[in-house]
Amino acid sequence: MALLTMMVVATFGILRLGNLFAVVILGGIYSFLMATVLVVLDAVDVAMTEASVGAGISTVLMLGTLYLTKVEEAAPVRRSILPLLIALGVGAVLAYGTFDFPPFGVAEAPIHQHVVPRYLAKSVEETMVPNVVTAVLASYRGYDTLGETTVIFTAGIGVLLLLRGGRKGAGARGSKEGGA
Amino acid sequence: MKHDLILRVGVKLLLPFMLLFALYVQFHGDFGPGGGFQAGVIAAAMVILYAVIWGVPAARRVVPMGLVERMIPAGVLIYAGTGVMGLALGGNYLDYFVLLHDPAHGQEWGIFAVEAGVFVTVSGTMTAIFYTFAERER
Repeated sequence: MALLTMMVVATFGILRLGNLFAVVILGGIYSFLMATVLVVLDAVDVAMTEASVGAGISTVLMLGTLYLTKVEEAAPVRRSILPLLIALGVGAVLAYGTFDFPPFGVAEAPIHQHVVPRYLAKSVEETMVPNVVTAVLASYRGYDTLGETTVIFTAGIGVLLLLRGGRKGAGARGSKEGGA
Repeated sequence: MKHDLILRVGVKLLLPFMLLFALYVQFHGDFGPGGGFQAGVIAAAMVILYAVIWGVPAARRVVPMGLVERMIPAGVLIYAGTGVMGLALGGNYLDYFVLLHDPAHGQEWGIFAVEAGVFVTVSGTMTAIFYTFAERER
């Protein structure tokens, strides 16, 4: 509960502050708090990812972006009430959706019913990998993980093309004009 | 930050342990938390920390952009290639049972190869994105 309260405080800090440097650092703090919450929930693998990606790499990339832009937040062009209403509406619908969730940690919840008992019972025997998370990710759900790796590949190529393609294209155009 | 002695010495002490931790997370992923994705990010974080302290050109001498760019597709190819290996040895795509004589051992090695592929792609992507971000002029 204390962690969640701190996360709310960090969120309001992000919303209120105009200094983007402070916002980025608060974002990192938020990610670390989230990682701690995930550790409390016994999701150590996810916590590790959140701490390294959310708090580590994204914070560095945001700081790198800040270096290229201004540190102070730009004043909004116009204040409009519609986005706020949409955000509140979506948030309310999501909160309403959580009422149908099974209570936290109940064994009868659908997610613990389908294939999970088999994974837990058989994974060590079938894969010789004691960490069930690894067994599920890399073996039982190997296609999904291949898809995820491809997503990372695509994202990396996309960012490289976006950030560098323009300059190279300009250079090629320049040389063509030089030739003509 | 090149002239900050404490940072330089501190980071110099930290770097080998970061790489060691990345490898630990990679190879111990079968037993404890972690795996290719987390290990790749930690390895990339090591390169990024080096670049932050000594500058991107120094980091690019250690880990050249050409290598990083090749790592991005290489990891996916390792992953997909493991699947094709399964096909070639008479199983389904991404079937690890056929990789070795003992099915469970095959699974172990298949998971190992696949995680290695994830590691290569993730660390390459993260480092490449950081390099391109850091080298843009204002």
